[in-house]
Amino acid sequence: MSISRRKFLGWLGAAGAGTTLGRSAHAAGTANFSGYPDALGVLFDVTRCIGCRKCEEACQKVNGLPAPEKPFSDLTVMAQKRRTDSRAYTVVNRYEQDPGVRGPLYRKSQCNHCLEPACASACFVAAFKKQSNGAVTYDESVCVGCRYCMIACPFEIPAYEYDQAFTPRIMKCTFCHPRLVQGQLPGCVEICPAEALTFGKRRDLLRIARERTDRFPGRYLDHVYGETEMGGTAWLTISGVPFRELGMREDLGTTPAPELTKGALSVVPIVAGLWPVLLTGIYAISQRREKIAREEQAAAVTAAVAKAQAEAKAKLADAVAKAEKDKQAAIAKEVKKALEEAAKSSARENPAAAAAEAEKKPN
Amino acid sequence: MPVPKFAIQKPAWTPFNVVAGIIVVVGLVVTVIRFTQGLAATTNLSDYNPWGIWIGFDLLVGVALAAGGYVTSAACYIFGLKRFHSAVRPAILTGFLGYTLVVLALHYDVGRPWRLPYPFIVQRGTTSLLFEVAACVALYLTVLFIEFSPAAMEWLGLKRARQIVVKLTLVLTIFGVVLSTLHQSSLGALFLIAPSKLHPLWYSPYLALYFFVSSIIAGLSMVIFESTMAHRYFHNKMDAEHLRQADGVALGFGKAAAWVLAGYFVIKVVGIAQADTWGYLATSYGAWFLVELLGFVLLPCYAFAISVREKNLKLIRWTAAWSVVGIVVNRFNVGLVAFNYHLPSSERYFPHWMEIAISVFVVTIGVLVYKFIVTHMPILYSHPDYDAH
Repeated sequence: MSISRRKFLGWLGAAGAGTTLGRSAHAAGTANFSGYPDALGVLFDVTRCIGCRKCEEACQKVNGLPAPEKPFSDLTVMAQKRRTDSRAYTVVNRYEQDPGVRGPLYRKSQCNHCLEPACASACFVAAFKKQSNGAVTYDESVCVGCRYCMIACPFEIPAYEYDQAFTPRIMKCTFCHPRLVQGQLPGCVEICPAEALTFGKRRDLLRIARERTDRFPGRYLDHVYGETEMGGTAWLTISGVPFRELGMREDLGTTPAPELTKGALSVVPIVAGLWPVLLTGIYAISQRREKIAREEQAAAVTAAVAKAQAEAKAKLADAVAKAEKDKQAAIAKEVKKALEEAAKSSARENPAAAAAEAEKKPN
Repeated sequence: MPVPKFAIQKPAWTPFNVVAGIIVVVGLVVTVIRFTQGLAATTNLSDYNPWGIWIGFDLLVGVALAAGGYVTSAACYIFGLKRFHSAVRPAILTGFLGYTLVVLALHYDVGRPWRLPYPFIVQRGTTSLLFEVAACVALYLTVLFIEFSPAAMEWLGLKRARQIVVKLTLVLTIFGVVLSTLHQSSLGALFLIAPSKLHPLWYSPYLALYFFVSSIIAGLSMVIFESTMAHRYFHNKMDAEHLRQADGVALGFGKAAAWVLAGYFVIKVVGIAQADTWGYLATSYGAWFLVELLGFVLLPCYAFAISVREKNLKLIRWTAAWSVVGIVVNRFNVGLVAFNYHLPSSERYFPHWMEIAISVFVVTIGVLVYKFIVTHMPILYSHPDYDAH
């Protein structure tokens, strides 16, 4: 097979482009993600909200949600603190202020569309997706219903259709993603009569928010909620009173949710890689220890046997020697006895000579 | 083994059978309600409290208490402590049953249980610790099934298949320890993503390590506890090896538990120091935290140490039961009590009676299946036709 020069160079170029792409993708994986460059967002200005609940109504309509028991025009529902649920993607709550000093304040809550969403990070079927336009969307067709996203969300936004036996879904604001794609505004933004909601590119909204807080320092606190909270959110809020007085948590920190679990996840492949080595090592050591114990036992037995054999041999030799000695002694004794017998009998035959001999003896 | 005669003649209306029967009937009725009416009809779960006791007890406690399988098989086959051999099969059995019941209970908890394989076959959410848990639990359940299978094969007389599985013992044990390390710790790591919802005394970057180390305590204690129960009710099923080793298992495991509890106590204190949450100890949550730390960690640690030194088997067994309660307390604290600590009491969760009924039902099924298996298969004795592996 012959390869033309042109073809070869073409391959080289493709390989080079591949490497470059790979590198940039890798860089995006490790560096901080500060959001898609042209992602959209909404700035909510608490000082402008009049608590009319029009946004709730528009939300229900454009998303085809079930109508509430009490009509949206009924503002008495705000006497109680409400949260987003399976029938409402957004709710407005009223926060009473010092009577006579300042009228009540209202805060709209909905999905904040985090730059690095906790729900998306937590979902084990990857049902949530951060779209490049800024919306965090949910794919009902893969959802198992584990509700870990609800555990994970620091803003307590996702709700569940507990009353559905067969097709329960997670319900949450979609940033009207289908409408955004068609070039329309989110339902709530479109209807807001007080211009409390400003729609635009997130980076522009940050500048607008800063302009307002800088120009009217008496009216606003110097804090754009959502700029850094949990790594930043597409929805931003500015207010004249501390956010905690509006039921917003100020202790969430600036760490994006995926960072919180990164360490634990990174341990997984390490354990999978190292544990078998470690455990096999422990097994080998315990096996070897047993083997050495067995060998030592065998050696000890051999030594003991050898020792016993040597001892037995020595004993035998001793016994043989002793027997020999005994034998000699017995022979000597017998000889002596025989000699004595002989002497006695000769004395009986010749008593005089014997007596003489006996008398001579003490000398 | 011949079927003991008294088992046949035993009356059907024993107190045990009556109570178990009632629980099973109630459980089945609630099961029908759960799968026809949905979670709202059977649980007190809410948008603020998406996880109740089916996660807090059935999953978190269930998995921890099923740790006896990997702890015992690792001690015997990897660390070479052959004197614990007779404890391996009962521990593998309870581990296998435990994980099976965990998976069964999850079918009640998730909204669409028929989609439980989706994370593996449709779309993998690999950034989720729950994916890690799901993958490891699924794999480990398979490992436990294979590890358990020789007992069933001996019962069924499948000699050749058994031979093959027995040869895999070491590989399966290593695989089991790896998977257990991963998912036991990941159950704790599930809560790492919610620092704003879990009370600072329980939230810690060491959560994963805490769950793993305490699972070893749970495993050791459960083996002692289960053996106590088995001796009480299935004494006639035990062979000479089992009876001879039983006291040694309790002493050895009690000693190990004392050491692991001591280490666990130290790393828990390190966690408070690291996060500098000493101040919270003076609050009411702090008092409850101290009850857990002193009453369910330090106390059993001391009691295990003393009872092992004195060779007091009775105290070892009581301490093991106490440690098991301690694990339940810890998992409830992380999953339910200290979770959502910031919410007003009106928004807090308390289980519906039907949730409790299902949890009791699931445990009862476990006891019944255990009873069937130990009376039919060679669990508490070695089958006379086979060599021990």
